[in-house]
Amino acid sequence: MSLLRKVRSGVVLLAVLLSSSLMANPEYSIYNLRPGVTETSQEVFDLHMLVVYIMTVVTILVFGAMLYSIIRFRKSKHPVPAKFHHSTKLEIIWTVIPAIILIYLAVPAGKLLLKVEDTSYSDMTIKVTGSQWKWHYDYMDNDVSFYSSLSTPREQFEDYSRTGTEKGENYLLEVDNEVVLPIGKKVRILLTADDVIHSWWMPDFAVKMDAIPGLINETWTKIDKPGVYRGVCAELCGKDHGYMPIVVRAVSQDDFDKWVGQKHAEKAEADRLAAEAAAKSWSMEDLMADGEKVYMEKCAVCHQANGEGLATFPALKGSKVTTVDSPDDHARQVIFGKNAMPPFGDMLTDAEIAAVVTYTRNQWGNNTGQLVQPGRIKELKAGK
Amino acid sequence: MGSHKPTGISRWLFTTNHKDIGTMYLWFSFIMFLTGGAFALGIRLELFQPGLQFWDPNTFNSLTTMHGLIMVFGAVMPAFVGLANWLIPMQIGAPDMALPRMNNWSFWILPFAFGLLLSSFFLPGGAPNFGWTFYAPLSTKFGPPSTDFFIFGVHLMGISSIMGAINVIVTVFNMRAPGMTLMKMPMFVWTWVITAFLLIMVMPVLAGAVTMMLTDRHFGTSFFDAAGGGDPVMFQHIFWFFGHPEVYIMILPAFGIASHIIPTFSRKPLFGYSSMVYATASIAFLSFIVWAHHMFTVGMPVVGELYFMIATMIIAVPTGVKIFNWVATMWQGSLTFETPMLFALAFVILFTLGGVSGVMLAMTPVDKQYHDTYFVVAHFHYVLFPGAIFGTIAAVYYWLPKWVGNMYNETLGKVHFWLSIIFVNLTFFPMHFSGLAGMQRRVPDYNMMFEDFNRMSSIGALGLGLTQLLFFYIVVQCVRGGTGKATGEVWEGAEGLEFTHLPSPAPYHSFDEAPEVK
Ligand SMILES: [Cu+2]
Repeated sequence: MSLLRKVRSGVVLLAVLLSSSLMANPEYSIYNLRPGVTETSQEVFDLHMLVVYIMTVVTILVFGAMLYSIIRFRKSKHPVPAKFHHSTKLEIIWTVIPAIILIYLAVPAGKLLLKVEDTSYSDMTIKVTGSQWKWHYDYMDNDVSFYSSLSTPREQFEDYSRTGTEKGENYLLEVDNEVVLPIGKKVRILLTADDVIHSWWMPDFAVKMDAIPGLINETWTKIDKPGVYRGVCAELCGKDHGYMPIVVRAVSQDDFDKWVGQKHAEKAEADRLAAEAAAKSWSMEDLMADGEKVYMEKCAVCHQANGEGLATFPALKGSKVTTVDSPDDHARQVIFGKNAMPPFGDMLTDAEIAAVVTYTRNQWGNNTGQLVQPGRIKELKAGK
Repeated sequence: MGSHKPTGISRWLFTTNHKDIGTMYLWFSFIMFLTGGAFALGIRLELFQPGLQFWDPNTFNSLTTMHGLIMVFGAVMPAFVGLANWLIPMQIGAPDMALPRMNNWSFWILPFAFGLLLSSFFLPGGAPNFGWTFYAPLSTKFGPPSTDFFIFGVHLMGISSIMGAINVIVTVFNMRAPGMTLMKMPMFVWTWVITAFLLIMVMPVLAGAVTMMLTDRHFGTSFFDAAGGGDPVMFQHIFWFFGHPEVYIMILPAFGIASHIIPTFSRKPLFGYSSMVYATASIAFLSFIVWAHHMFTVGMPVVGELYFMIATMIIAVPTGVKIFNWVATMWQGSLTFETPMLFALAFVILFTLGGVSGVMLAMTPVDKQYHDTYFVVAHFHYVLFPGAIFGTIAAVYYWLPKWVGNMYNETLGKVHFWLSIIFVNLTFFPMHFSGLAGMQRRVPDYNMMFEDFNRMSSIGALGLGLTQLLFFYIVVQCVRGGTGKATGEVWEGAEGLEFTHLPSPAPYHSFDEAPEVK
């Protein structure tokens, strides 16, 4: 009997520990789903807790019966086994009861599913495009669009010397350009991808939807609470799958409108600077300096900082494209992409492309001495 | 014929004896288990702390991919085929498998298949890095050159599995001893026949998927490329039409094993034999119509999602029946806890935990949160490690004395069990928490909030891996004499022709004359 009592108090302790850890600070639990900040995320959380509790009870009953048998019917206590091997009544009971529990769970699950899949009557639409390894956001109603990628510096995660690195609080969960959304508005989210399948996951909204190249998916969210929310790409999408986070800043409609205005102003200023840069004739030194910056930001992730490539990503050091092909062919490949290489024509300004082409043709011993001017890039973009 | 037994290397190369082939399958599986385990330790090493310390992310992806492929196709499946070879002829009173030469061939394909697959680590671009599920277009347009080695490796394994399955079906339907009707067959035979039908139906689908990949990669087709009129989501439908029955291929024989061991050590017949058979058959049938529950985030029509949710939840019913029947078998029995029984009980308990998280994952709206997180990793490792692998280990402890004629060291067996059970939970239980809290699968790095759970998993994995070396020692020691001779019955009151009609060790050629089954 003392064993039984021990077991019983153990189970109670475990249940207390489990439920306290599940409930402790549900806003930001490191043990459990979070209730999140939308009506659906709260309902998903409630359904999750319902199934957790039901399954805990079922498990305790099954394990209890096993434990009872193990203690009560061990050979030393119960030397003569019973002979029964069949009971239609029992078998019907344990077919029907689980079926009833499942129906009990399936009804709310079905209802919630219909709700989360209903994208109608939205107030605004954003289009999210995944590409290796960044997100592009397009505010369809506001004429705002930008790329968003990991802002955690490489020094924080590349620790191959195994000395440990200083890491910020939002390590791997921070980006250069946050997605800003208004609260209280039903936002329709369209998803697609440029290269492989990605998946846009924002736990606090209970939204996870695949971004698939060549197809468009849709989902929605309506955020109740202002704040900064962090998510990740959930579908294996190649080398840096673990390094393409998502950050959403939810603000009031007024602040959202202000942000849109600010984005428009930034865009106008950037266009003006790009046009200025494209109009002037650049020196080799300037192109190399700017080219290095662009290369490290956009190209080094695949072709590596030393230009030697990695696995399936080709080397640029001494390669045909950077040394033998004409500068025009080289620049075209950067602008329009080729095979697994994405097109950078829309991502980079004319001056940036000119700089990075010049840089890769004159770095790591690729001493072609050739330089490309932004004006030529503009012509190439136009197909000339 | 009785004692004829070739010797030396030619015995193993040319053998058509089901026992020799079974032995080779089991050793091969163990070598693959250690290989896949080494990759797992490589993964856990990197995940011990945040940041990249040991592998670049690409190599990390190769490790996860190869860990999955090797464990699924190299460790679990050959282990079950090895057990089938050893046990099915003895359990149905047949002298051998029906197609012995094909049996030899289906084994000897495997070393080549896995040699091809493992050699890809040394190719430029590295080993396959797109996950064991090899979703297009990551595996087609973006796959490394070694993807073609992977494709041919999968073809070879598929041929081997299909031949093994044909052999089981032909043997069971044609070579049963007189009097052994279908509904008198041992549960292990039943579960394996059903598994064999699953294999025959889905391995060709897998072969089709990789062939389409091959032509997409090299011959200009666009099955999975939307730019050419294809559909990347179609790949997932085809893959999971194979993949979901594959999950049951990896668990049904373990159900059979538990249905032998629990009655023996409860000294009571299996409760509900016929409902066990029907439950297994229903699970197998249902496994064909639930595949898209792996794809609740690809953007299926809502009606499809509803259907796949409900169909999936139904599987819990026959699975529950099996678990309740095992518990009822123990009820009012007379239980002892030798190592096979301990592993079989741990199998039932921990498989139930995996089943419980399975019900949670079936529910579409919440699955959209769980999908592609460590919660899923926890779920399928609970059904695979304590499920398939504990099942296999239990079977080895249970039948090894019959195979080699010696008893293993019971104390060491118990040590092996307790260490395994502690470490398996230390490794996989924390993954439930990190998954729910937001850690996605297949990443080499993570935010500090997941650090504690990952540390636990890494420590557990190291312990779990080292513990299995003890298993190796116990088996070798048993083969070399163990702790004494086993009786013909081996276990008090053990049922089945292999225990009641054959001495230990079972002779090289058994049942030259069919026994009579009443
Ligand atoms: Cu991604």
